[in-house]
Amino acid sequence: MGFLSKRRRHKAAKPLAIVLALFLMGALYSLVSPATQSRAETASAEQVARGKELFQQTCSSCHGMNGEGTTEAPTLRGVGAASVDFQMGTGRMPMARPEAQAPAKRTLYTDEEISAIAAYVATLGEGPAIPSADQYSGEGLSAEELARGGELFKTNCSACHNFEGTGGALPNGKYAPPLTKTSDKHIYEALRTGPQQMPVFAKGTLKDQDVKEIIGYLNTLHAQEDNGGLTLGGLGPVGEGFWGWIIGLGGCVTVALWLAKKGARAR
Amino acid sequence: MASRAGVTDRSEATEVQTPGKPHAMKPLSGVLGWADDRLGLATAGKGGLRKVFPDHWSFLLGEVALYSFIVLLLTGVFLTVWFKPSMAEIDYEGSYQLLKGIQMSEAFASTLDISFDVRGGLLVRQIHHWAAILFVAAATAHMLRVFFTGAFRKPREVNWLIGVGLFALATIEGFAGYSLPDDLLSGTGLRFVDGLIRSIPLIGTWAEFFVFGGEFPGTLVIPRLYMVHILLVPAILLGLIAGHIGLVVYHKHSQYPGPGRTEQNVVGYPMFPVYAAKAGGFFFVVFGILMLMGGFMQINPVWKFGPYNPAQVTAGSQPDWYMGWVEGAIRIMPNWEWHLGSTTWSWNIFLPGVGLMGLLFTALGVWPFVERWITGDTRNHHLLDRPRNAPTRTGLGVAGMTCYAMFWLAGGNDIIATHFHVSLNVVTHVMRVAVFVAPVIAFLIAKRICLALQRSDRERVLHGSETGIIERSIDGSYSEPHAPIDIDAAYTLTQHPVIPVTQATPGLDENGVPDPSRKVSRLRATLSHWFAGHQIPKPTRAEIEAAHHHGDDVDGVDPHGPDQNGVDQNGVDQDGADRAVESAQNPRELSARH
Repeated sequence: MGFLSKRRRHKAAKPLAIVLALFLMGALYSLVSPATQSRAETASAEQVARGKELFQQTCSSCHGMNGEGTTEAPTLRGVGAASVDFQMGTGRMPMARPEAQAPAKRTLYTDEEISAIAAYVATLGEGPAIPSADQYSGEGLSAEELARGGELFKTNCSACHNFEGTGGALPNGKYAPPLTKTSDKHIYEALRTGPQQMPVFAKGTLKDQDVKEIIGYLNTLHAQEDNGGLTLGGLGPVGEGFWGWIIGLGGCVTVALWLAKKGARAR
Repeated sequence: MASRAGVTDRSEATEVQTPGKPHAMKPLSGVLGWADDRLGLATAGKGGLRKVFPDHWSFLLGEVALYSFIVLLLTGVFLTVWFKPSMAEIDYEGSYQLLKGIQMSEAFASTLDISFDVRGGLLVRQIHHWAAILFVAAATAHMLRVFFTGAFRKPREVNWLIGVGLFALATIEGFAGYSLPDDLLSGTGLRFVDGLIRSIPLIGTWAEFFVFGGEFPGTLVIPRLYMVHILLVPAILLGLIAGHIGLVVYHKHSQYPGPGRTEQNVVGYPMFPVYAAKAGGFFFVVFGILMLMGGFMQINPVWKFGPYNPAQVTAGSQPDWYMGWVEGAIRIMPNWEWHLGSTTWSWNIFLPGVGLMGLLFTALGVWPFVERWITGDTRNHHLLDRPRNAPTRTGLGVAGMTCYAMFWLAGGNDIIATHFHVSLNVVTHVMRVAVFVAPVIAFLIAKRICLALQRSDRERVLHGSETGIIERSIDGSYSEPHAPIDIDAAYTLTQHPVIPVTQATPGLDENGVPDPSRKVSRLRATLSHWFAGHQIPKPTRAEIEAAHHHGDDVDGVDPHGPDQNGVDQNGVDQDGADRAVESAQNPRELSARH
């Protein structure tokens, strides 16, 4: 120990000690902190090359040759593979035309092509990876967990997506799309990447378990039988008032017309 | 128009029966006799059972409202048995799995129990809600019918006011019911009304604390609304409905004009047996329609909304339709707000919310008196106006409906935006303009249509109906022959009294002495011209005779027929309702004497 104790008053000792402490702190942090971002480790160089080729064909006109972004579209550095998987998997990207918001449509790309582009975009900067099924599957949750998912949904999501997940309007032609046909994986990816108008719900806000509960709640809600009859679009009182007038009063007036036309036919 | 379709010429029910043996004085026997001796049923029944009601589909709109109200009472009693009006917080342990273990008020938990654990509960709950929607809808349609046909005129102004009161109370009743389940939507609606109350200048905060017993939402509002919903307002509604119908009996039912129908009679069928069967049957039809709606159409799925939690909200948070126009007004209102010292003056909520509701009910309430002042018409009216014959009133009514509809659409601006793929902002901005412009356009169009219909009536009386047959004459010219209309139709088209235009006069009697009762102000004269001017004059006797001698009538109607005096302006007997009796001129219809 003579070596260290002899040089503890050396000029370089303090800076070195600080560097050492910082290194230790950093190492400790990387061990303890949650892995919010990870690279798609499985991507092979071949896949990335194929992805880059596809990217330059189909995405670069708006997002730039290296995904750096243009005046037309944002940069893709740091959006992660999950973002690409969501945007292309739901058909939102590539956009058919510039408009307020990219609508979901039938996707024309194969899964391999999408994963190749996702792998390439993941190399541009760290971002959320494509989740595995155990991160988002809403299967096997208890009734209490599903109910908690409902509370989380109504606290965080229904203000835009409506209580049944049928969607709602946002300013300037934007909208929260319906969630009735969205896959579990895409809901998870949307939460983590915040596509279009949606805010990002990071793992610090909603843990994977919370997301699972929300997805489980939505799946159970949409799978359950329609108690009480036709849902009339799940739009709330606007739909109810509309059909109340049309079928309720319309039906009564139809009968009234018939009744008033009928004279006293007592014979 | 007089509705005569489908009436058979002869019927046992309507024919005068001559009994073989006189039995008029034979005392009643059996149970009826027992009851008559004690309750005087025969005397009461004599008038009631012979009461005559005219036949027209639009007269049944009020009945739809009445029957939905009865359905509301019946289903409401059922719900009262199970509902717990308490805001005490409990953990839900009922059978709806997606809310298992969630903390909620007893009111919401009992609503879930009604929906999932009480046999038939969901059906009754849904019937109750659909009946509420139908009740206000039918009442509104009934009110529009009364407005457009001028049925609010003397002597029915008080009944119109009762109707306006019923309309306002029905809205309050519906809103209280909407709030009771304490689900997310009712809580959001209550918060909306909380905002309305607080927007009242100066006293808003105190009024809020008075209603909610402190800060929103507190623990008192559900029990209070429960009292309002099941006791206070229904009792007043029942009383007003009794008065409303009592006045219909007292005034006799108004009727559409037609041959044999005068200001002194009512042409129709008697209560017993015809209307007892028709109205009784119609009750079950309305009940049946509501049953089907309750059975097949989901309404207010409270289990999906979940319990009210001030931290939560859902897209598509709207009130039931009858509050939708206020919602719309507040949605499109620019954000006008004053901050004076420590006070906030929320004009952005007060004007469209409280102000607009006050404006609607005031306008409805004063209209009969305003119209009477403008026209100076003090006569009794038991014959209804055909809407075209009061073009300005009809135009105003259509303008009012249009304005209401624009506010209504604005209340669903988010649904419009998502379903028609337009920008929410564009919808809002368009509606801000439309609530002012659309009524004016609607007024002009409606008035023009009325005047065009008046012209067409005049044409039909003078030249007959278009036949749709084009004839080519021997020299090659084309013409459309007109078929003369029958005398009944001609009467119906020309019987209406023409509203006179009053001229401004300083009000002097024959001797030049000022007489205030004859004074007509300039304002009133201007309004009178606006209201009654521009009308198409109805054909005079001379014009009809000239037209009939024109030669294009093949089997022309005898212009001197006995009914033709109806073409002249009807003389109205002021106290005729009790005195003069006119028998029906049309043998196919019964006439009631009263």
